[in-house]
Amino acid sequence: MARITAGVTTSHIPAVGAAMDLGKTAEEYWKPVFAGYEWTREWEKEEKPDVVILVYNDHASAFDMKIIPTFAIGAAEQFPIADEGWGPRPIPPVIGHPDLAWHIAQCCILDEFDMTIINEMAVDHGLTVPMSLMFGQVEQWPVKVVPLAVNVVTYPPPSGNRCWMLGEAIARAVDSFPEDLNVQIWGTGGMSHQLQGPRAGLINKAFDTAFLNDLTADPERLRRMPHIEYLREAGSEGIELVMWLIMRGALGGKIKELHRHYHVPASNTAVGHMVLEPVA
Amino acid sequence: MTPRNIHEYLAEFDDIPGTRVYTARRARQGYHLNQFAMSLMKAENRERFKKDENAYLEEWPLTDDQKEAVLARDYNRMLDLGGNIYFLAKLFSTDGKSFQFAAGSMTGMTQEEYAAMMIGGGRSPEGNRSIKEGR
Ligand SMILES: [Fe+2]
Repeated sequence: MARITAGVTTSHIPAVGAAMDLGKTAEEYWKPVFAGYEWTREWEKEEKPDVVILVYNDHASAFDMKIIPTFAIGAAEQFPIADEGWGPRPIPPVIGHPDLAWHIAQCCILDEFDMTIINEMAVDHGLTVPMSLMFGQVEQWPVKVVPLAVNVVTYPPPSGNRCWMLGEAIARAVDSFPEDLNVQIWGTGGMSHQLQGPRAGLINKAFDTAFLNDLTADPERLRRMPHIEYLREAGSEGIELVMWLIMRGALGGKIKELHRHYHVPASNTAVGHMVLEPVA
Repeated sequence: MTPRNIHEYLAEFDDIPGTRVYTARRARQGYHLNQFAMSLMKAENRERFKKDENAYLEEWPLTDDQKEAVLARDYNRMLDLGGNIYFLAKLFSTDGKSFQFAAGSMTGMTQEEYAAMMIGGGRSPEGNRSIKEGR
């Protein structure tokens, strides 16, 4: 049977991808950003997941204003790398797992989550930067990916509670997939940042630290946090953190923190990264 | 919990200093502006736009205000006219500018001042959470 063995969260800052692609990771500015991922790269080599369910948001790359799906699951064999305005990142295409993706979609729909199914989709920095951070510069990605794109751009995005419940439904779906697969679920985006308007550049270390702590200490608080609190405290783009709750919901009741990394800044953003393990 | 009443939900957004939340109203107002920006994801469109910005903009049903804001690269004004930052990112990427440049340009700070603020830990949330409550 397939099983979710771990959860990973990370920011997915485009400049971080660019720093890797342009060979700048050893520069003083970038060193402390990347240092916190070294532990995870070694850990991933030992864990050898078969599939990653990668929760992210599309940043006006695959989805324009024509169609705005709240929860979209990618069921393609392969996902090309999006051209976000400066040419696609020089990384391999992302390989899907259509059997698992369709299985999750079907189960979630029967479980009363009305998923959108996407058969052709380019993936942007929201998905590819976490892949590069966790696996480095590779000829071929060592895992298959089920992309789960969440609308956090046009309001309202889904509530934290809804994200949590979707995570639980995804975990049930994975449990009932007959193939023996080591599955990880990643929640990406955040942490505090604001990219727009006169308040751009907002960073809230206290909020971010409490959010990281409460993934294990008080997840119920995070589950009930209203959108306005993310907006006020973590900046307009900090709302991406609701996506972490899909990951957290999928891990179930008790979890253990294996690794944590926090650094300010990378470009406009607070970098947050955690590795979590469900406790039986 | 996120309120279930849409009026209550939306009312709070205008109380955040220096922030435009991308609501349905803005999404409708900025539909063509954002779709124009989106078109710059294609290399051939970027080239045509760079060659003659006015002519390229004429192909889109934008208001005069929106066209002016694009030509002036006035990102705050584009946001006021319904632009969304992730869509507008295609515009500053076409110009070879970074997210940090664009974000900085909206704060009234120089690029150097903005970069220094970020290295110093970013803009504090103190006084930046609520207009009404001044906190
Ligand atoms: Fe993002």
